[in-house]
Amino acid sequence: MKTTVTIPKNRNRRSLSKTDRFTLSAFVGIPSLLQIILLWVPAVVTVILSFTYWDGINIKDIHWAGIQNYKNIFINNPIFYQALKNNGIWLAFFLLIATPLGVLLAYQIDRGIKGHAIYESIYYLPVVLSLAVIGIIWNFMFQPGGFVQGIMGRDLAHALSIWGNPQINTWVILGVASWRHIGYIMLLYLSGLKSVDPALKEAAAIDGATEWQIFRKIILPTMQPVNIIILVITLIESLRAFDLVYIIYGSPTVFPLLNLLVFQNFAGQGISMKGAAYAVILLLLCIIPIITYLRIVFKEDLK
Amino acid sequence: MSMGMVQDEKYRNNQKRKDGFISLFIGIFAFVWIFPILWTVFTSLRPYNDVISYGIFSWPRHINFNNYINAVKEMHIGIYLTNSLIVTIPSVILTLFFGSLIAFVVTRYQFKFNLWLLLLFTAGNMLPIVLTYIPVFWMFLWVGDLFGNRNMLYNNYAGLILVHVGFQVGFATFVLSSYMKTIPKEISESAKIDGANVFRHYWNVILPLLRPALAALSVLMSTWIYNEFFWALVLMSDDSKRPITSALRRLQGQYVTDFNLLAAGAIIAASPTVILFFVLRKQFIAGLTLGSTKG
Repeated sequence: MKTTVTIPKNRNRRSLSKTDRFTLSAFVGIPSLLQIILLWVPAVVTVILSFTYWDGINIKDIHWAGIQNYKNIFINNPIFYQALKNNGIWLAFFLLIATPLGVLLAYQIDRGIKGHAIYESIYYLPVVLSLAVIGIIWNFMFQPGGFVQGIMGRDLAHALSIWGNPQINTWVILGVASWRHIGYIMLLYLSGLKSVDPALKEAAAIDGATEWQIFRKIILPTMQPVNIIILVITLIESLRAFDLVYIIYGSPTVFPLLNLLVFQNFAGQGISMKGAAYAVILLLLCIIPIITYLRIVFKEDLK
Repeated sequence: MSMGMVQDEKYRNNQKRKDGFISLFIGIFAFVWIFPILWTVFTSLRPYNDVISYGIFSWPRHINFNNYINAVKEMHIGIYLTNSLIVTIPSVILTLFFGSLIAFVVTRYQFKFNLWLLLLFTAGNMLPIVLTYIPVFWMFLWVGDLFGNRNMLYNNYAGLILVHVGFQVGFATFVLSSYMKTIPKEISESAKIDGANVFRHYWNVILPLLRPALAALSVLMSTWIYNEFFWALVLMSDDSKRPITSALRRLQGQYVTDFNLLAAGAIIAASPTVILFFVLRKQFIAGLTLGSTKG
C-alpha cells in the first residue's frame, strides 16, 4: 500500500514559481489553520483552564487555582472512582468479549459460510445508526411497556426498572454498546482478512488443520497490524465511552463514566473548572493508545 | 490412495456439518441483532391506541403510516431533516476538499514539515472531543461579538459546519494521503514537466484520480456527520435550527408516552444513513478499508 519513491530533496522547491508557492501555502495553510484553531488551541486552553477557577461567564473572573481542581477530583470524590471502575469494566468487557466476538464473526463471514452477505449487513446495521436513534430503539425494548417487560409478563403497572437497577443495568448498557461495537470491529477485521492469501488457508485445511488451528496459527499472526489497531480502537472507545449512557440517563449519577463527568461539569453548573480537569485526565489516559496507534500507522514515514 | 480420499471426504463432510451449525448459530444471533430495529419499525406502523387497548404483543388491528404523517406534522421532522442536510452536505464537501489538499501536498512534494503536518491532522482526529467544548463555545461567541453579530458562528449552521470540518478533516487527510501514495509519482512528474502549475496539477491531474477514494469517504463522512449530535446540543440554542439527531433527544422527552409516534420519528431519522449504507455498501466498506480505522 505504501510506496516511497525518493525524489532528490529540494528539487521541487527550486522549480516552484511564485504563484505555485502561493498556491501551496494556501493549500497547506487554510486547512491547518482551521485544524489548529478549532482543535489544538482549544485543547491547550482546556489544559490551562483545568488549573483555574472560572464560572464560565466572564473572562475577567478567571482565577488561578493551582492543582485544586485535581485535588477535588482525587480526594473525597467517590463518583470519580466509580467512573474509573465503570470505564474499567467497559474496557474489560470490550477487550475480553465484544472485540473477540467481532473478530470471530469476521473470520466466519470471510470463510463464506452460508448467508454470509446477509449476516454482514445485519451485523453492521447498528453501526450506521445515530446514538440518538439507538437510545430510542433500546428504550422500546426495556422501558415499562416495552418488549422485554412484555416477555417477562410485566404490564405498565408492574414494570421492572431495568435502566435504574444497579445489578443489571451495567450488563444491559454493555450489551447495547456491544451491539454497535461488534459490528464495527467485524467490518474492520473483515476488510483486513480480505487481504490474507486464500491459498494459505486452503493449504492448511488440506493438511488437516482444524478451523481453530487455522485461525490461531495462520490468521491471527498474519493479521498482526490490524490486531493492534483493533486493540487500540477498543481501548480508546472504552475510555471515552459515554454518548450511549448520556442518551439513556442524561446525567452521570446512575452510571458514571469519565467522559460523562466532563460533560456534566461543563454544562453550566461548574463553579470551578473541574470539568476541564476531568477532560485532561481523560486525555492522559488516552495518550498511550494514541501514540501507539500513530507509531503503527506512520512506521514507514518515521524511519 | 483410496483410504486417503475416503478420509478426505469424511473430513469434508464433517466440516460441512460444522459449517452448517456455525451458520445457523450466527443466523440466530443475526435475528437477535436486527430484532430491536424490526420491532421499532413494527411499533411505528401501529397506532398508540392499538397497543393500549390490546397490549404490545397483540396482533395489530391497524397498520398504517399515520404515525409518520403525524411525525412530520407534529414533530416537524421535515424541518429537522432539512437542517441535517444543510449541515451535512457542505461539511462533507469541505472536509474532503481540505483533506485532499493536505494529502496532495504531503504526497506530491517533499517538504520537511510533511510528516509533522500529517501527524497534526491524524493525532487531532484522535483527541477526545470533550477537550474542546468550552474553548470552542467561547471562541464562537467572541468572534461573533467581534463582528457585531453574536449569531455569526454560535447558533448558526456555519459554526456547526466549521466544527464538523475541523474534526473530520484529520481522518480524510489520513485516508486520502495513504490512497494517494498508491498513485504513481510519474504522473505528477510528467504534469510538472508539462508545465502544469500547482493548482492544475491538483485539480486536473490528481483530483480525478482520487475519485474512488473520495466516493468511499463521502459515504462514510456523511454517515458520521449526520449522526453526530453533541455539537449541535452545545452550539445550537434555537431548537428549530437543530439537526434531526439532536432534535430527537428533545422529542424523546416530549413524546415520552407516545412510543409509536416516537418510533416513526426514529425510523425517519435513521433512514438516510441506512439507505445510504445499503445503496452504497461497497463505497462504505471501501472507505473503512482505506482508513482501516477511525479513532
